[in-house]
Amino acid sequence: MFRFAINRLLQAIPVLLVVISITFLLVHSAPGGPFSADKAVPPEVLKALEAQYKLDQPLWQQYVGYLNDVLHGDFGPSFKYPGRTVNELIASGLPATAELAFYAMLVALFIGASAGVVAATRPNTLQDYLPMSAAMLGICMPSFLLGPLLVLVFGIHLEWVPVSGWGDSAGDKILPAITLGTGYAAYIARLSRGGMLEVLSQDYIRTARAKGLPESLIIAKHALRGGLIPVIAFIGPAFAGLLGGSFVVETIFQIPGLGRFYVQAAFNRDYTMILGTTIFFATLIIVFNLLSDMLAIWLNPKLRQEARGDH
Amino acid sequence: MDYHSMSGQQSTAKSLPARTFHALCLAALLLVVSGCGGGESNVSLGNRTGTLHWGNGTEPQSLDPHIATGVPEHHIITSLMEGLVLKDSTTLAPIPGVAESWDVSDDGRVYTFHLRQNARWSNGDPHIAQDYVWSWWRALQPALGNLYAYMYYSINNAQEYYEGTITDFDQVGVKALDDYTLQVTLENPTPYFLQLLDHYSLFPVHQATVEKFGTADERGTRWTYEGNIVTNGPFQLLEWQINSRVVVERNPFYWDAENVGLNKIIFYPTENAVSEERMFRSGQLHYTNDVPTDKIPVYRNEGNPSLRVAPYLGSYFYRINTNVPHLQDKRVRRALAMAIDREQITEHILQAGQMPTYALTPPGTMGYYPKSDLTFDPEAAKQLLAEAGYPNGEGFPVTEILYNTNESHRKVAVAIQQMWNKYLNIEIKLLNQEWKVYLDSESAGQYTISRASWIGDYVDPNSFLDLFLCNGGNNRTGWCNAEYDRLILDVAPKMKSHEERLAVFQEAETLLLDAMPMIPIYIYTSKHLMNSSVKNHNGNLLDQTTFKELTLESDSSDSTGGNH
Repeated sequence: MFRFAINRLLQAIPVLLVVISITFLLVHSAPGGPFSADKAVPPEVLKALEAQYKLDQPLWQQYVGYLNDVLHGDFGPSFKYPGRTVNELIASGLPATAELAFYAMLVALFIGASAGVVAATRPNTLQDYLPMSAAMLGICMPSFLLGPLLVLVFGIHLEWVPVSGWGDSAGDKILPAITLGTGYAAYIARLSRGGMLEVLSQDYIRTARAKGLPESLIIAKHALRGGLIPVIAFIGPAFAGLLGGSFVVETIFQIPGLGRFYVQAAFNRDYTMILGTTIFFATLIIVFNLLSDMLAIWLNPKLRQEARGDH
Repeated sequence: MDYHSMSGQQSTAKSLPARTFHALCLAALLLVVSGCGGGESNVSLGNRTGTLHWGNGTEPQSLDPHIATGVPEHHIITSLMEGLVLKDSTTLAPIPGVAESWDVSDDGRVYTFHLRQNARWSNGDPHIAQDYVWSWWRALQPALGNLYAYMYYSINNAQEYYEGTITDFDQVGVKALDDYTLQVTLENPTPYFLQLLDHYSLFPVHQATVEKFGTADERGTRWTYEGNIVTNGPFQLLEWQINSRVVVERNPFYWDAENVGLNKIIFYPTENAVSEERMFRSGQLHYTNDVPTDKIPVYRNEGNPSLRVAPYLGSYFYRINTNVPHLQDKRVRRALAMAIDREQITEHILQAGQMPTYALTPPGTMGYYPKSDLTFDPEAAKQLLAEAGYPNGEGFPVTEILYNTNESHRKVAVAIQQMWNKYLNIEIKLLNQEWKVYLDSESAGQYTISRASWIGDYVDPNSFLDLFLCNGGNNRTGWCNAEYDRLILDVAPKMKSHEERLAVFQEAETLLLDAMPMIPIYIYTSKHLMNSSVKNHNGNLLDQTTFKELTLESDSSDSTGGNH
């Protein structure tokens, strides 16, 4: 398992290099510069600014310099916010985004897995169709629609929860977590239903049934572990997706997270910020994929053997 | 083994977790309801503690007054810092700030400011005239990247120093005669000079603090961070949480501290107007940065007093690229301008009290009401177009309107497209580009007709009319008229009386409107929602707020408005 992890991490290096290179090129070839503004920028100011951020150097030199900085863990200064470094901005936005993603994942797992399991126990009955249609609705319902709807009902009409904020007042994390988690809950419901159905048709389940075990025990003890493997494989990338995709929810609920910075950086042509966040998210995706693969191996004896047999 | 006994055990085992689960769910629900329903809103809590909750648009780029640009930065900086003079919050007339009085020489070129002896920095340091000399020297260092350096250009030799033609700052017209007397010499008598002093680009900074965190002309040092920054205004920085809030509190060393009405202001970055409006309705904000366009009629119809719409010193117009062959003829440009039904646009599309306009400068700018011969006259427009060689629009090339991606710009462009098609029988294409791409296209002259706007930096026609100088970086139309330049640059500054000066501006504006390198469309309005507990907030043409005057009254905290 250890060698498997090391192997995968080594493979990640060229992947990251490609990500950095492509993003670097894209960012620098995008029309509109970081300093173009509504009011004309006097040439002498533009020169001073470009010199300060080394934009007056040839592109390859900037690229080499940037790679060198990244190797030393330095994502450089933000172009948009003078005085702030990209490291500092990422560090300031990450806690809220990570916390939001974590709660959203809890919501997604709780709703999704229970709906999926319930549906799988009585396939092709109302007990199946109802949660699965709801799941379809959840997948189709974009967060920019669900968020404001939840806010209108629970925030403004019922006044149960605050309409925005993060950690400012009690309960302000509930709606964002539900809004962000619901879409994923829907995927998890479908995945766990499929996984459960497959497992429930296996011989050992038939054996368990033949032994006269109650259905609830069969599901909880024998089927769940195998049935949720597709969900486990989904969690890693989904968590990375939650981290990177929380922009809309962060905007709706005014959450000081990383997602807002990520998107704004692109609009601002904040080169270093775009690159820094992209590298950061790419690394996260790689790490979470690895973790979920490792978890899947640990859960599945067949894969465990394969991983061992590899080396 | 007895299967029955086993299944019996199992069924208890099953029901136990199930019961626990239900209990947990109920507990969670109760927690949600009890934890949130009873909480006091920001507004009513703020009214008791003297804390204003302010929707501020975006995360401030910087709090360094010589680096920042933009309205959100303006709000925070003017709460933290103060210039030599302030503006009256209603009339915008200059009133004493750090300077308690000033004398102006007879030729209007030399201003002598008498600073308050009790003015202090927020760390208790005395605030002296030398602070201004140093700060203005700093603001004019090109390395700092100050986009507002041109605000200094009315000061003698400031532009020359900034552009490097002179290197000795002693030749620039600013001198500290003693600790409390500052003398400023201008290039020309500039009637709006006092107004400029209330712009943050001319605010003083605390030398020792700036130098503690870097060199004077170093961009983006940490001197403006919480715990570091020292300022001279009614409030001081308490907390700056990125993308979350900026909190300022009363500055005990401020010269007028006893008349400051608030204890704290919390500025929120609210870039999404729809979310912001919801925050306002649920009592999280006293004041919003904006109002979503489609909400304005709703607030209007219910007569909600929270809605505050006022004229704003900003002009919305279309630039015409006069280098495009078929737009080189001014008759074509005027025909286009005459075939726009502006009332239709403001009344039915924008619906937020915007005012149709037929000139560039907003009416009432320092008592200036531009006269214009432009009207909505489709027949005459058709006639002009025919004279220019396009009878009934025949042979007129397909023309493109460029606008930056935005719903209301799109609506206006679609309306104008239809009007030109209907009245002039010409074909118009629409092209939208993302903001920065649009800026690049426009300044590179890669457009035919382009949406534009201008917000005055100060209340004077000059702030608008100098846009279309031949070499003006904001002209971007290719239009150049030597007489126009002469009137703005040479004639107007030398006029003795206000009336004569306005007459020169009128002459220049007439030239501009005759050549029509830009098509005036409407005058902006400022739109906000304000809780009725906020007192002494006076609307004005610049949409500026004098934070030290504001007070909060707690008994009217619940009138945020109805549900919609």
